[in-house]
Amino acid sequence: MKKSLLLLSLGVFSALQLANAGDITGTITLKGTPPPEIDIGPTMTAQSPDCAAMYAGRKFPTTHFYMVGSDGGLGDVVITLKGGDLKSTGASAAPALLDQKGCVYEPQIFAVQTGQKIIARNSDMCVHNVHAKPAADSGNPESNQLQMPGGADLPFTFAKPEAFLQFQCDVHPWMHSWVTVVDNPYYAVTDKDGKFTIKNVPPGKYTLVAMHRKLSAIYGADGKTVTGYKGMEKEIDVTGTGATTQDFTFTMK
Amino acid sequence: MLTAGLTFLLIGLGGLVTSNNAGMSVPDWPTSYGYNMFTLPIKFWKGGVLYEHTHRLYAAFIGFLTTILAVWLWLKDSRKWMQWLGVAAFLLVVVQGAIGGLRVVLSDAQLGIFHGALAQLFLVLVCAIALFTSRWWQNSAVEKQIAVPRGLRSHVLYVTILIFIQLMIGATMRHQHAGLSIDTFPLAYGKIWPDTSPEAVAAYNEHRMEMNGENPITAFQIVLQMIHRLVALLIFLGVVAAAFLAGKKLGGRDGLAKFAWFWTGLIVVQIALGIATIETNKAADIATLHVMVGALSLLAGVLWWLVAARRTTLTKFAPAGQNGLN
Repeated sequence: MKKSLLLLSLGVFSALQLANAGDITGTITLKGTPPPEIDIGPTMTAQSPDCAAMYAGRKFPTTHFYMVGSDGGLGDVVITLKGGDLKSTGASAAPALLDQKGCVYEPQIFAVQTGQKIIARNSDMCVHNVHAKPAADSGNPESNQLQMPGGADLPFTFAKPEAFLQFQCDVHPWMHSWVTVVDNPYYAVTDKDGKFTIKNVPPGKYTLVAMHRKLSAIYGADGKTVTGYKGMEKEIDVTGTGATTQDFTFTMK
Repeated sequence: MLTAGLTFLLIGLGGLVTSNNAGMSVPDWPTSYGYNMFTLPIKFWKGGVLYEHTHRLYAAFIGFLTTILAVWLWLKDSRKWMQWLGVAAFLLVVVQGAIGGLRVVLSDAQLGIFHGALAQLFLVLVCAIALFTSRWWQNSAVEKQIAVPRGLRSHVLYVTILIFIQLMIGATMRHQHAGLSIDTFPLAYGKIWPDTSPEAVAAYNEHRMEMNGENPITAFQIVLQMIHRLVALLIFLGVVAAAFLAGKKLGGRDGLAKFAWFWTGLIVVQIALGIATIETNKAADIATLHVMVGALSLLAGVLWWLVAARRTTLTKFAPAGQNGLN
């Protein structure tokens, strides 16, 4: 009996730990039907047989611009926080890994802090080039480097915040990844069910921002140029007790 | 002739580079992955590198042939203007190579537009040289020539200039690296003239699946494609008019009249390839053929005009009553 009570108490205590004060959680959903993803196989087979050979007996990858779960949850949404006195800890943060595996980038959507190192690794048996293409006015440097199979990892750091900075391989044109560079350590990327958790946020009032690469692009007033990304925003108040929950719903136009 | 023919193939090879988004697959120049360009191991010739690197090698070969041509003209052709034309061809191919290299080194897509346009001009120049060194040009009997009316020559010149403008529009479209800004034909997003409001453009981008990571499309690019379609129609009407006029003024059996109908056929093929580019979502081989036939269309107009001008000039030396002028 005592053992059962002890186990029950531990369970309750652990459950409480999972929703700590200072955590922000939520779910992003998508209303509307996105277009079907494209099978990369035919292009890969035609242009790079050595890449296609890696998928012998396996399904070829598809694009995954809209990761929609069974309940409409939308993955690959970047959640960031602004306001307060939040500062980047990127210089001391663990490096983020951008891997080239099966001639696709993994992950395709991710986020890092300003000054945080990104390690680009070539896990394939073929040559890739790692071409970082920030926006022209972002202040981040463009670079294009060859990476041999099994070659040295390539480090990248970006000093300025930027949404969806593009990495691409020009040898294999379907290979892309987009990194959002933020200036504080409080961010997340939603999982395949659209869920996110940002842990241990200091109490205070903030603006929570949700951005999706396809759904959050904005255009200049003349409608002629893509000027950046503007996410959905909500004002939130993170208190010292209990988790703060905020959901967002994107709608296809 | 050899240089001209091989240059045309180089336009195709260069077209394949852009059509396969391979322009930056070899990030250094004039080396290739740190190797001397001529010693890059074959194991690297894969994916986009195959297109970009073979295009560089082939371009170097064209440069070599052009150098031989320029030297040969300087030493063997007695016409001063031809000697300088050979020098111009040499300088143009050097500039073209430098622009291509700088496009890569500076990662500047705008330079890609100039590189594409200059390729067309270089093709026209080497083909003109081939014409000027031909037996027909140098040895044509004046009494056999029929003059071409000035109005007809001017009409063909204006249409040819319009074709060059269209090529520049096409090069600008291709080097936006935004894929197809309108993916349906004949309507554009369900309309004769598409909605280009910011809300509409955002919706187009949301529904667009750009597998090769193309840039989002903008209202400017949508309007540019619409202009490209309208100019294509104007060119078609202009070339058809030239063919009818040539038949009427020169007679249906005249070589230039027949060539004008061949030119019309080229434009019809070019329009079909343009439509096919849209219908196949810019399949690399179709889009590249569209570039090559565009080059031929420009060349046809230029050669037609040069031959017409030559014939007219020669008739000035013919005995009176034998110049064929109405």
